[in-house]
Amino acid sequence: MSENLLHVENVTMQFGGVVAVNNFSMDINKGEIVALIGPNGAGKTTAFNVITGVYAPTNGSVSFDGEEIICNFPKGKMKKLYAGENNGVYTRTIEKTPDKITKLGMARTFQNIRLFKNLTVFENILIAKHLREKANVFTSTFRLNLAEEKKMKDECNELLDILGLTDVKNDIASSLPYGQQRHLEIARALATRPKLLLLDEPAAGMNPQETIELTQFIRQVKDKFDLTVFVIEHHMDLVMDISDRIYVLDFGKMIATGTPDEIQNNQAVIDAYLGVQEDE
Amino acid sequence: MKKTTRIILSIAAIAVLLAVLLFLQANERDYGMVITIIEKSAIYAVVAVSMNLLNGFTGLFSLGQAGFMAIGAYTFSILAIPASSRASVYYATGINPIIEHAELPIPLAMIAGGLMAALFAAVIGFPILRLKSDYLAIATLGFSEIVRAIIASPQMNTITNGSFGLKKIPEFPNLLTVILVAAICIAIMVLLINSSYGRAFKAIREDEIAAEAMGIGLLHHKQTAFIISSFFAGIGGAMLARFMRSIDSNTFKIALTYDILLIVVIGGMGSVTGSVLAAFLVTASKEQWLRFFDEPLVIGGVSVPFFKTGLRMVVFSVLLMVVVLFFRRGIMGQNEFTWEGLFGLFKKIPNLFKGKKKKEAI
Repeated sequence: MSENLLHVENVTMQFGGVVAVNNFSMDINKGEIVALIGPNGAGKTTAFNVITGVYAPTNGSVSFDGEEIICNFPKGKMKKLYAGENNGVYTRTIEKTPDKITKLGMARTFQNIRLFKNLTVFENILIAKHLREKANVFTSTFRLNLAEEKKMKDECNELLDILGLTDVKNDIASSLPYGQQRHLEIARALATRPKLLLLDEPAAGMNPQETIELTQFIRQVKDKFDLTVFVIEHHMDLVMDISDRIYVLDFGKMIATGTPDEIQNNQAVIDAYLGVQEDE
Repeated sequence: MKKTTRIILSIAAIAVLLAVLLFLQANERDYGMVITIIEKSAIYAVVAVSMNLLNGFTGLFSLGQAGFMAIGAYTFSILAIPASSRASVYYATGINPIIEHAELPIPLAMIAGGLMAALFAAVIGFPILRLKSDYLAIATLGFSEIVRAIIASPQMNTITNGSFGLKKIPEFPNLLTVILVAAICIAIMVLLINSSYGRAFKAIREDEIAAEAMGIGLLHHKQTAFIISSFFAGIGGAMLARFMRSIDSNTFKIALTYDILLIVVIGGMGSVTGSVLAAFLVTASKEQWLRFFDEPLVIGGVSVPFFKTGLRMVVFSVLLMVVVLFFRRGIMGQNEFTWEGLFGLFKKIPNLFKGKKKKEAI
């Protein structure tokens, strides 16, 4: 087994009385492509948001690259309301904000594209380089970091070149066709130099041809940038094609895990997707 | 257009401007009104750009500019009024012994004014920058009024001279100094906007969630923008104090913030050149160009009604409404001035008269 990169332990996310994710645990090892699937409303994106620090979980812990980044336990109003498991196991609170988590090497894309719409493609990528900048606001304003600034711009040009976005470099991001906007969002995430890339439904709204291209694109960037990829997706062709392992969520609970072949033949998964005949 | 052509054009434009300014300065007596308007416009331009840095570039809707200007103006004035004339300024209540001899050279006093405004921004920014949109506007508006109330309060009499205000503030030696100080302030803000931090500010304006996911710490960057904006608002306040020579708490009413906000909106949220341009246009039209509305007008022996004092502001407000209704993005939108843009505009003018044919081709 290779080295562990992301370790999610007993994560429960409860909104008021609704348990969106219930006792979810998973592991991602370096170099893998792992997929998270499940019917609509299963809690996939919520799980994603917990891992990236957007939501603090109600209970549970997340470690990234050997460092605990998120840990929480039910407190305050939630103490009485809490309907999940493993109450009392965790006693600490660690809540890293999304920007700190990105700095550690975890970059994400969004289900509904969130580019910096009125800025150019190049600026979009350049902004993602800001987090590794060493200059402070004064040295940056008075241009005392010219070498660093030049290095940032060179890296961006290189990245655009690799990802085939050089021709649209100076276009406004929102003017790009949909497929390219998706690519740009991935490119922007890559510019932060992540170890783990999280893709939230990268193929949403794409036709079969675009989906095939995207599949190749994900493979290509994974090899080129030596990444680990965690993807949420509905397109089963894409998921079965690229993932090494799959986790299946339904109503916030993990119902199956395994290789694509195992998942395809798993009765619980088939039931969750197609529904179960109820015997009278 | 070649880069060299652009540079030559820019140098020529600056030279012409400089020549005009020198001419005005040499003939100070004949052009007093024009000089006053240019000075006021330059000061408003500094404050407008500082407000644009927050509202237009970082996407934080803040209305505290007058408060920070007041802090800057008062700090500057307290440190810069010549120690010899302080007794006559504080004749009513006496002067606090701590500040009695605290006199700084004028440039240092101006920077101190900016720093004091920045300090206040740092203190209040920590709690209030967690608020979003309208709530932030209300909080900053409240802050600005609190500052004004504190300055005017009798408890502060020995420091701010309460409701008597401060007088005998050293004035600007000449027009060029005003322009120079304004130009330096605006240049620094432009450098900031085009730096990596400026790009991060724009990212926050475009999409906070995405910006945070790209590793931009929201609170830290918002606070940086807030502090820098307030610093320059403080400098702007100090400049206004020098321009007016005497200030009191009523100088820094909410109306001042609105004046600046108007300039920012008319110039275009997110455009530095727009703000500068609008600062001159708005100030000039308010002070001079629309002034004939205030005087009685007689055409063919018939006195036209409504032409009396106050109509100027009515016309001005109507113009504003027209701008907001039909040119919502302001003069410049989010674009900056370029020579190509200017020549493009000249080329477009004939097309306006050619009618529909041209439009269909596009």
